[in-house]
Amino acid sequence: MLEKVLKGRPSFYIWLAVLGAIITLGSLVYLYQVFVGLRITDLSRDVSWGFYIAQFTYMVGVAASAVMLVLPAYFHHYTKFKKMIILGEFLAIGACVVCMLFIFVDLGQPQRVLNVILHPTPNSVMFWDMVVLSGYLCLNLLIGWVTLEAERHQVEPPKWIKTFIYISVFWAFSIHTVTAFLYAGIPGRHYWLTAVMAARFLASAFCSGPALLLLLVFVVRRVTGFDPGRDAIRTLTKIIAYAMGINIFLFCLELFTAFYSQIPGHMHPLTALFSGHDGHALWINGWMWTAAVLAILSFLLMAFPGTRDNESLLPYTLGILVIATWIDKSLGMLWAGFTPNTFETMTPYAPSIAEILIGLGVYGVGALIVSVLWKIALDVKREAGTFSKPA
Amino acid sequence: MKNRRQFLKVAGLSTLGLAGGLALPGMARAAGLKDSYRSGQEALKGGHWGMVIDTRAFDSPEKFEAVISACHKYHNVPAINSKREVKWIWKDGYHQTFTDQKDNYPAKDVLERKYLMLCNHCVNPACVRVCPTQATFRRSDGIVVMDYHRCIGCRFCMAACPYGARSFNFEDPRNFLEDRELNVSFPTRMRGVVEKCTFCSELLAVGKAPLCVEASEGAIVFGDLDDPASDVRKVLAENFTIRRKPTLGTEPSVYYII
Ligand code: SF4
Ligand code: SF4
Repeated sequence: MLEKVLKGRPSFYIWLAVLGAIITLGSLVYLYQVFVGLRITDLSRDVSWGFYIAQFTYMVGVAASAVMLVLPAYFHHYTKFKKMIILGEFLAIGACVVCMLFIFVDLGQPQRVLNVILHPTPNSVMFWDMVVLSGYLCLNLLIGWVTLEAERHQVEPPKWIKTFIYISVFWAFSIHTVTAFLYAGIPGRHYWLTAVMAARFLASAFCSGPALLLLLVFVVRRVTGFDPGRDAIRTLTKIIAYAMGINIFLFCLELFTAFYSQIPGHMHPLTALFSGHDGHALWINGWMWTAAVLAILSFLLMAFPGTRDNESLLPYTLGILVIATWIDKSLGMLWAGFTPNTFETMTPYAPSIAEILIGLGVYGVGALIVSVLWKIALDVKREAGTFSKPA
Repeated sequence: MKNRRQFLKVAGLSTLGLAGGLALPGMARAAGLKDSYRSGQEALKGGHWGMVIDTRAFDSPEKFEAVISACHKYHNVPAINSKREVKWIWKDGYHQTFTDQKDNYPAKDVLERKYLMLCNHCVNPACVRVCPTQATFRRSDGIVVMDYHRCIGCRFCMAACPYGARSFNFEDPRNFLEDRELNVSFPTRMRGVVEKCTFCSELLAVGKAPLCVEASEGAIVFGDLDDPASDVRKVLAENFTIRRKPTLGTEPSVYYII
């Protein structure tokens, strides 16, 4: 099927070239980081993780979110999703690679990364994160390829693949749970030490991931004419609405525990996020308020059928949802874990230009993978006649 | 193992043939390599090394300076003047050191005093629990140490340590050691790895006390917490002491007399 990449419109190759340029730029900056060290980031002794690990966390959610298509389709026989599933799975593959790359660029000694496998350490959550992420990547590669191959030959997928599909549903939950455990199990970081962390991660993933998927599908529809079917879009939007509702609810639970108990350690990171420190506003405050407003707005727009099913409004609704969840779960989550720091003081952190350029490069790799895989999938669908007529 | 020994013997003997008696010591050393990891005769041994710092005795900047520079000079710790600094032992205020003590009206001298901080060599160390490569590990004598050659620089341990005891080499630390006399008996580190206080395990191995203890002129007492007759246990029995963030369950081995 790979040969499908070789036959495309010029605009497709221009797009790939643009991505190639972004990746090259990111790689050059990364090379510089390899030679001089992580001092080109704004990280410090007190804020030792930042932009890279934040993006990693967010993208694990995107990877896990394919399950929101797979679960209804295979557990509840909701066949209208079947047409889009492959896109979800291929998006998950790109997201998995992005996650791994973000961990990789964050390492101080990347050439030693195999030490995680050479000296397996079951008590380290990071070890398990590596296991579940690579497992999830393999599962999606296998499932995606086998089901697409079947679609190409216009036959039913082999029975044995179902076993792997069922496994992948549980696996998707595990990748984001384990990622939450990276944070939720360490003592002394007040903002992270919360039992609802994994639940919050999942809720946030199950709204932001499908939202991102739908946005990309809208782009593809515009460019190629691929139609996922109106019912599929409406059902997925409903799922996103519920997940966003739960996401906001879980965040409010955190607010209640912190501010009703009045325990300083619980309140401090939250007040720092929204109103700064010692009377000084911080750059993150504006971002967090933006996130809060956009989160509520996107939820309201999706809660009512009138605005939810309005197809010209939907892309904007999904867009602001993605922005809101991205600020909350990547920037805010990481920043607040280190604020206040272990000495109950404040060490400023804001991603440096170098961090952002390297991050863009990593996202470029993800976009390249997704573009190529989606191109293959859509070409197969076109040949099989499952392309534009609603499923 | 047997095969290897036999091979070494044969190899040694043939070298012997070539180089005469010179090869003999080398051969003996190679053959006995496994056993040579036993600690030396003069090594100080303990079941659980611990420390008591008498904060009352640290009443002048010079006293802190003596302790801190003794450690940092010997261990080739670079002096980096930024938020990316590397430090093994350092000083800060009462509320920064004892963040759990939220008292509104602490005694004046307690509030004005500075306090030493270093790795607590926790009994239940979070840094060891999270490290994905076992580059950070706890020895049977309670000291938490690092293998700088195995560390991948993921900094999970820095997020996990509630005491801010760990430093990361954001750039080559040797850049900051150029105009300084190096201690060649202790390795410098490279960029991209984490480091921290070792309780001078390398000095204990040759029968010496930690450098900060030596430089403190009696203000820091070091010894085996498992041994009821040790100096530390005596000092602990006679004084009221506190530890940093005791509620987190990490069980620090560093105690403070206030
Ligand atoms: S103080 Fe921090 S670095 Fe030292 S043993 Fe305890 S958790 Fe580990
Ligand atoms: S930075 Fe090094 S010592 Fe710390 S957790 Fe990672 S591998 Fe272990």
